[in-house]
Amino acid sequence: MARLSVDIGGTFTDIVLEAGGRRRTTKLLTTPRAPEEAVLAGTRALLAEASLGFRDLALFVHGTTLATNALIERRGARVALIATEGFRDVVEIGDEGRYDQYDLDIDKPVPLVPRRLRFTVPERIDVHGVVRLPLDEAAVVAVAAALRREAVEAVAVAFLHAYADAGHERRVREILSDSCPGLWVTLASDVAPEIREYERTSTAIANAYVQPMMARYLGRLRDAFAAEGATAPIHLMTSGGSLASLDTASRFPIRLVESGPAGGAILAARVAAERGETRVLSFDMGGTTAKICLIERFEPLKSRSFEVDRAARFLKGSGLPVRIPVIEMIEIGAGGGSLARVDALRRITVGPDSAGSEPGPACYGRGGTVPAVTDADLVLGRIDPARFAGGTIALSPDAAARALDAAVGAPLALATGTAAYGVVEIVDENMANAARVHAVERGLSVREHTLIAFGGAAPLHAARLAEKLGIDRIIVPPDAGVGSAVGFLRAPAAYEVVRSRYMRLDGFDPEAANDLLGAMGEEAEALTRSAAGDRPLTAARTAFMRYLGQGHEIAVTLPARELAPGDAEGLREAFEAAYRRLFSRHIPGAVIEILTWAVAIGTDEPAPPRLPDAPPAAGPRPVGARATLMGADAAPVAIPVYARDDFSPGATVEGPAIVVEAGTSTFVSPAFRVSLDCGGALVLQRKATR
Amino acid sequence: MRAQPGEIEWQVMWNRLIAVVEEQAQVLLRTAFSPIVREAGDLSAGLFDRRGRMLAQAVTGTPGHVNSMAEAVKHFIARFPLETMRAGDIYITNDPWMGTGHLNDFVLTTPCFHRGRLVGLFSCTSHLMDIGGLGVGPDATDVFMEGLYIPHLKLAEEGRLNATLMAMIEANTRLPIDTVGDTYSLAACNDVGCRRLVEMMEEFGLADLDALADHVCDRSEAAVLEQVAALPPGAWSYAMTVDGYDAPVTLRATTTVSGEGIHVDFSGTGPASGRGINVPLAYTTAYTVFGLGCAVAPRIPNNAGSLARLTVSAPEGSILNARKPAPVSSRHIIGQMLPDMVFGCLRQAIPDRVPAEGTSCLWNINLRGRAQDANGNHGFSMAVTSNGGTGARPRKDGLSATAYPSGVKGTPVEIAEALTPTLFWRKELRPDSGGAGRQRGGHGQVIEIASATGEPFEILAAFDRIHHPPRGRDGGRDGAAGAIRLASGATLQGKGLQTVPAGDRLVLLTPGGGGLGDPGERAADALAREVADGLVTPPGAPGAR
Repeated sequence: MARLSVDIGGTFTDIVLEAGGRRRTTKLLTTPRAPEEAVLAGTRALLAEASLGFRDLALFVHGTTLATNALIERRGARVALIATEGFRDVVEIGDEGRYDQYDLDIDKPVPLVPRRLRFTVPERIDVHGVVRLPLDEAAVVAVAAALRREAVEAVAVAFLHAYADAGHERRVREILSDSCPGLWVTLASDVAPEIREYERTSTAIANAYVQPMMARYLGRLRDAFAAEGATAPIHLMTSGGSLASLDTASRFPIRLVESGPAGGAILAARVAAERGETRVLSFDMGGTTAKICLIERFEPLKSRSFEVDRAARFLKGSGLPVRIPVIEMIEIGAGGGSLARVDALRRITVGPDSAGSEPGPACYGRGGTVPAVTDADLVLGRIDPARFAGGTIALSPDAAARALDAAVGAPLALATGTAAYGVVEIVDENMANAARVHAVERGLSVREHTLIAFGGAAPLHAARLAEKLGIDRIIVPPDAGVGSAVGFLRAPAAYEVVRSRYMRLDGFDPEAANDLLGAMGEEAEALTRSAAGDRPLTAARTAFMRYLGQGHEIAVTLPARELAPGDAEGLREAFEAAYRRLFSRHIPGAVIEILTWAVAIGTDEPAPPRLPDAPPAAGPRPVGARATLMGADAAPVAIPVYARDDFSPGATVEGPAIVVEAGTSTFVSPAFRVSLDCGGALVLQRKATR
Repeated sequence: MRAQPGEIEWQVMWNRLIAVVEEQAQVLLRTAFSPIVREAGDLSAGLFDRRGRMLAQAVTGTPGHVNSMAEAVKHFIARFPLETMRAGDIYITNDPWMGTGHLNDFVLTTPCFHRGRLVGLFSCTSHLMDIGGLGVGPDATDVFMEGLYIPHLKLAEEGRLNATLMAMIEANTRLPIDTVGDTYSLAACNDVGCRRLVEMMEEFGLADLDALADHVCDRSEAAVLEQVAALPPGAWSYAMTVDGYDAPVTLRATTTVSGEGIHVDFSGTGPASGRGINVPLAYTTAYTVFGLGCAVAPRIPNNAGSLARLTVSAPEGSILNARKPAPVSSRHIIGQMLPDMVFGCLRQAIPDRVPAEGTSCLWNINLRGRAQDANGNHGFSMAVTSNGGTGARPRKDGLSATAYPSGVKGTPVEIAEALTPTLFWRKELRPDSGGAGRQRGGHGQVIEIASATGEPFEILAAFDRIHHPPRGRDGGRDGAAGAIRLASGATLQGKGLQTVPAGDRLVLLTPGGGGLGDPGERAADALAREVADGLVTPPGAPGAR
């Protein structure tokens, strides 16, 4: 049976069809006004190529940045907010901070709902879930009239402490469903039932903002596939790296943001599992950004918060917070298009701004004059100007050199090659620092990890990045250019429910915990079941704990059984061990509390079989040689160029070398040797391990 | 200049140092107990060389700790010579004059060893909510009333924690759980910083930091001088009067730009107050230099080199150079006004780069009272951080409800209610509070707080800009003055310990920022939008400002 996956990005729609043991891929321009058009056209073409029809599809997995782009470009619904009286401005007051201490000219994130559409009603629930002021239902009816008058399409309801008692929010939904038929309603207590009013309200509004568009699009897509005769259910890739049914996705479309990069992380997890790599850093570097994600024991690390539409690109705190399960990754402004210049301290800086595709790096010859990372890679000799992006864009090394001289070489009195080397060093160091800080935030050291590199620019930079991080092995998987869509087909069906419920470990109440976890498990199972079909489901249960008085929690895995009174001691030990790993010393004798609980229900994807080791085979012949700079002040050295297709499994070549293929080039530094494994991946191994 | 060999490697290592201290700060933030640290980020972290020069400071943190902590490590080295320091030692103080300006800030310094050699020192500070004495308000008449005074001591010796000192700390605070926990958290963040520094030195084959330190400091100092050279040379003066404790305080500054750098002198500023709004010179310097940095050199990282050419003086015994034993607990109120003083001077030279006056001092709502379940603490005591509006900027409106110059964040209402028996009935923007102008000042907030248990509770008021609102400039109107009162009607004092009676509510109006330029020149669409949003009363209508 055939399996289809589609990743709609801002520029390209990537489609992958796996059938009869073969993988076919295609890339089309995205059709923003009716995204399903590119999906249908590409799917028809691939099916025809495979002599199959829509009815032969057994699985269709879909991921998209449509929701993300709607948020960034502010193209969502006309949305309103109903909040507790006295709290009209929670999303405008935000955290009262400045994300850049020294910049007097910052702009704060603009709320998705303008103040005139932020309504309030008298009601109040306290931190314990006790009603302090009953809901004024007449006021809700009056707001409903205003919503109709203002032609509001979607509304978010976000009351203080509604995570502790959602009664008032639910009553508002009932009233609105009577008085405003057709209105989309999001309850904050459904979307993000966690303490901290700004993040919860922001999440509810973002969900409401993208819901009408996403629900309509998903409906059209379903109808179009049905009209073509497809019977396979449509599953949506979520930002958490699992699959949701189309209905669940329509209710919580905010969970679809960043589903593309999540697919990449899933691919990397699969590649890791096939090779028994228990500690992995996935490295996805494209034109604009690099995304780095930690994968431990074949599972990408997860987080519960995320920011969309950062006003100052990539600066923490400049975006709209959303509390949803996401695959934890950092994204920094380091891609092939990232621009290089010299700052006031005469230091080379790279990014975060990008040349994009228009005008693009200087070497594209489309009017760009500021040097980009791709220009530096070209001057260093790592890119074949005739084969870039499958030969679709002819690159001009002269234009790249001119731009580098003007912006970097002249101000610092550096030769062109040295300037290019400096640009590449700085962007690699930026990525290495980001990876290091990211790992440390999770209490891990990157040194013992294997790097899995995909995306157009990653294989060019992976070797030097690995050297900086002390990493000894790099894997470049096949079909890296459409990695996210390939990853979609490897994702489990799952849904995670998170709830705030306070409990001290010295007053551990196993019965209350079992009741809560049981109810959460039922909710998660109901939302998973349709995407999971009849596959067996497993539950992963987590408690988020901290010392009494702290503000940030650590995830501790709960045993997969009913909790008993004696479990308090085991939980304390697990917490303290995790704490020491992260922060070097625990606090003896301090009281521990549980703030939040999570239950993730999902299909248990069988581990893929381990690939056999490839017996040694003869190395391929070079297809050419290229003059390449290997150091800041070194003279160019001619290094051999190999075609990836010429490698047979087990074939090994010593670095320095360049391995070229249609989508990208892999730069093998002198510290590494490269071979092809039985899964078709290039493996770079450090020659002398430390 | 021909770049020296190794230029790029220096840059890489410098970036790494900044990444190391950022990690140090993140550990502190994630493990902190005091809400003002963990929710609001009132902390600082940095790396120092063997001479006590600051090489890097985390971006995460707050400017009041910047320059003050930069000097603190030199005092530790003077007290504990380098050759006596051992791996596993941790040094501590909260001396306001040799730390960060009041007893509530603990400074911890940890020597870092690489291959048996002391290569640098990690230092950090965070704001502890209670260290005994009268508490966090400005009411004390000397520093000894303000809490436990810890001289330069060893908190740990070769890895063994000083149990006697910990017991003393625990016994001298209303919040022993938070205070002891935060002390551990400070120690842990230095450990993590040191671990990363050693990894870096191994990777780059460094035996010491000396050459790197010179590179960082020299390059930064030269960069600051280059920025200063782009300014017109000259001297400009400015004066500003603020509320003070019981009488208005007039601040005077003269800012001199020369080939040597920028010097700000506060001669003419009034004498120290009898109450705890006085500012030690280290803290005066911190916020003055921060203001200079924002206006003149915003992209240059903080270190001993970049701070060297930005200098500050204030007459001994004045409110900006108060001497021990003057009370200093609420030194932030006037300290945070100092960027406005710098901008007031500089606007005469570079009017298009500096904003109008803003609220500037944090409106920290210090609440204290009985708690039914104090969780090991003695009652509750919490600072709910909140803010007014910032001053209008030459090309943009001011920011509403935003901390400036402080780097801390606001406290979420739900967190405040989870930690204290309070009920907030309102926390909303305050319409018409931003000063009108071509560019409008940011708006303040209206905040209304009651007890959740019907008991009376205490407010340790430390507010300013109630009698002297932020002034507009170039025809822009003043921001609205702040206010503090009871819902039942009585006006409360802007400073000092007062009680909110059972059943009543505390009402706070935080100030709006000053406007900039003629209000008649304001863009029509901007005005229409803010009128539709209910933030501004239409000009001419009753209540319009």
